[in-house]
Amino acid sequence: MSPIIIAILILGGIGILSALILFIVSKRFYVKEDPRIEQIEALLPGANCGSCGRSGCHDFACACASADSLDNLMCPGAGEEAMGKIAEIVGLTASAAKPMVAVLRCNGACENRPVTSNYDGPRSCAILSSLSAGTTDCPYGCLGCGDCVAACRFGALHMDPVTGLPVVDAEKCTGCGACAKACPRHIIELRAKGPKGLRVWVACANKDRGAQARKECSAACIGCGKCLKVCPFEAITVADNLAYIDFEKCRLCHKCVAECPTKAIHTTRIVKETKVTE
Amino acid sequence: MLHTFRKGGVHPPESKLTASDKIIFVELPREVVITFAQHIGAPAKCELKKGDHVDRGDLIAAAGGFVSANVHASISGTVTKVDKYKTAFGIPVDTVTITATDEDHLHDLDAMAAMKPLRSDEEIAALDSKELVAIIDAAGIVGLGGATFPTKVKLSPPPGSKAEVLIINAVECEPYLTNDHALMLEHSDEIIAGVRMLMKAAGVDRAIIGIEANKGNAIELLTRKAAFDSRIEVMGLKVKYPQGGEKQLIDATIGKEVPSGALPIATGAIVQNVATAYAVYEAVKFGKPLIERVVTVTGPSVERPGNYRAAIGMNIKALIDVAGGVPADTGKIILGGPMMGKSVVQIDAPTVKGTSGILMLPEKDSVRRKVEPCIRCAACVSACPMGLEPYLISTLSRLGRWDEVEKAKVMNCIECGCCSFTCPSSRPILDYIRLGKTTVGGIIRARQQK
Repeated sequence: MSPIIIAILILGGIGILSALILFIVSKRFYVKEDPRIEQIEALLPGANCGSCGRSGCHDFACACASADSLDNLMCPGAGEEAMGKIAEIVGLTASAAKPMVAVLRCNGACENRPVTSNYDGPRSCAILSSLSAGTTDCPYGCLGCGDCVAACRFGALHMDPVTGLPVVDAEKCTGCGACAKACPRHIIELRAKGPKGLRVWVACANKDRGAQARKECSAACIGCGKCLKVCPFEAITVADNLAYIDFEKCRLCHKCVAECPTKAIHTTRIVKETKVTE
Repeated sequence: MLHTFRKGGVHPPESKLTASDKIIFVELPREVVITFAQHIGAPAKCELKKGDHVDRGDLIAAAGGFVSANVHASISGTVTKVDKYKTAFGIPVDTVTITATDEDHLHDLDAMAAMKPLRSDEEIAALDSKELVAIIDAAGIVGLGGATFPTKVKLSPPPGSKAEVLIINAVECEPYLTNDHALMLEHSDEIIAGVRMLMKAAGVDRAIIGIEANKGNAIELLTRKAAFDSRIEVMGLKVKYPQGGEKQLIDATIGKEVPSGALPIATGAIVQNVATAYAVYEAVKFGKPLIERVVTVTGPSVERPGNYRAAIGMNIKALIDVAGGVPADTGKIILGGPMMGKSVVQIDAPTVKGTSGILMLPEKDSVRRKVEPCIRCAACVSACPMGLEPYLISTLSRLGRWDEVEKAKVMNCIECGCCSFTCPSSRPILDYIRLGKTTVGGIIRARQQK
């Protein structure tokens, strides 16, 4: 017999033997996994963002498959439709969660908030905020280094080169809250997306007294309380010289938007006086 | 053969423009702004209201816990504002503003001219350790080297540890700064007396005053002045940064290494700054709290650089004006030295207990060089005085891998900046390490509270 044939036979034999061992082992030690887990995972975004409170999408899928109710299980990234499908797969009803969206509580664009000092360190809001109040006089507003943009797994944020502020793409934003956690100034808030995407919020986080706040940024909330007086639904509160609109109570009448003397209240509705910045 | 610490270290240009310059008294300001978190630990609690009158040296805010310090009025006057005021870094903090009338001002000047000792030498000799610590505590004395750790806390070691030696930090390894040097030349007797008080307060029979060899006149003077007390040794040290770091100084003087995660007292050493020793002397002898300090106002183009003795709470801009104002070519103003100091965002802010220097660097010296990729040369590893791997911690921290940052012993970092200083690619190594240290510190605290 030629040596080539011998070699083929030996190698082939080893191959068949190994395949046999692998086959027996895989049958013998097979871990039975719920087939639904795979189906559920296919519906999830796969970003492992952690906004569901689990360590990742696979963990969330396992939790859904073994859960008795979906009350505490909600993937903001997947959205309501996908959660409905997941509920169908596991035979439960999905919890009704309001879709949320990230909203920036700062309107300190360059023309409103002049740059008073330079920063030449690494582009990181976390580092800048540990060193000083930032490059403007406002110690509350956006630092502009884009930690939120880096944290977003859905490509829903980008820095506007003109204003120097991050812009949220409401279509892509899943409301996972990664940006809110990444912001050292805590000025990104998760708010209800609102009917037809309509929402109203105070785009400022400045807690300084009126005159001081105005000096720091011309678009700052000065805590004057005018919005509080016009609001028919008691949705607005003013604390620490700063107004806050409760999105649960706000009925989108837009009276406060017109009333605000510094145009610090923003809306997603296109109105004549205030240009939409989002 | 001069001693020094074993691991790492760098040699930045000394630039001590004001070395051996006399201390210049700055006229008492008519207005001071006093902040309450001038030290490490809990902020002091102030109960003053607008319109209250205080005298120079009055307690205006009491320590807010064990690790905290009293704060005193540095001028006489009326409280004109109790409000938030921005620090030099732009961050609003609680403050009181004290404004002096002409009458108050003259009263202060008279009181300063006629300052009488509160205790005679016999009375001081009769004080025991507890009484001394109580005086130091009441005077609000904190470590004046820059870290502002309350002195009384260091003098009360935790149970189970025993202090054996007092090390006086007169190293002043930061470039440009000369305030300790000036103090040593002009107040050597008082410093030795303060060292003896600190020894008694700490209950130790041995003190080492560590001075770097670039201050030869101070070494010679203090050696002579301390000759009468055989327990005090003045030790000349080889010039190397960061010798003024507590752990580095312990290694340099007594050759012991502080174990990772342990307090310096684990080696039996208590380290105090030389200016702290002087403040202790003033507190014990004259009953004077910590209300003024020597600040080096310097910079290559400053008109009158010098060691200025100024009231704590004085406006930084006013103090700079005494030295001739901010030079036109200034790129950065730094509080502290160029290695560890922080650059400010504004100068309409008060000085604090920890303000050791105000450095005005010209634009050309202050810009960061272009960041290049890491070439794996390990210069930062050789330079790190704590034996860490700065390049690794920095990268892990940039990637947010906090558990690995913790494993790489980020908490041992003393933030001396040798890594960034030595990096041939000018990478912002320390910036990211500091971020890692703050984040990991927060994670550790949260874990301990659970």
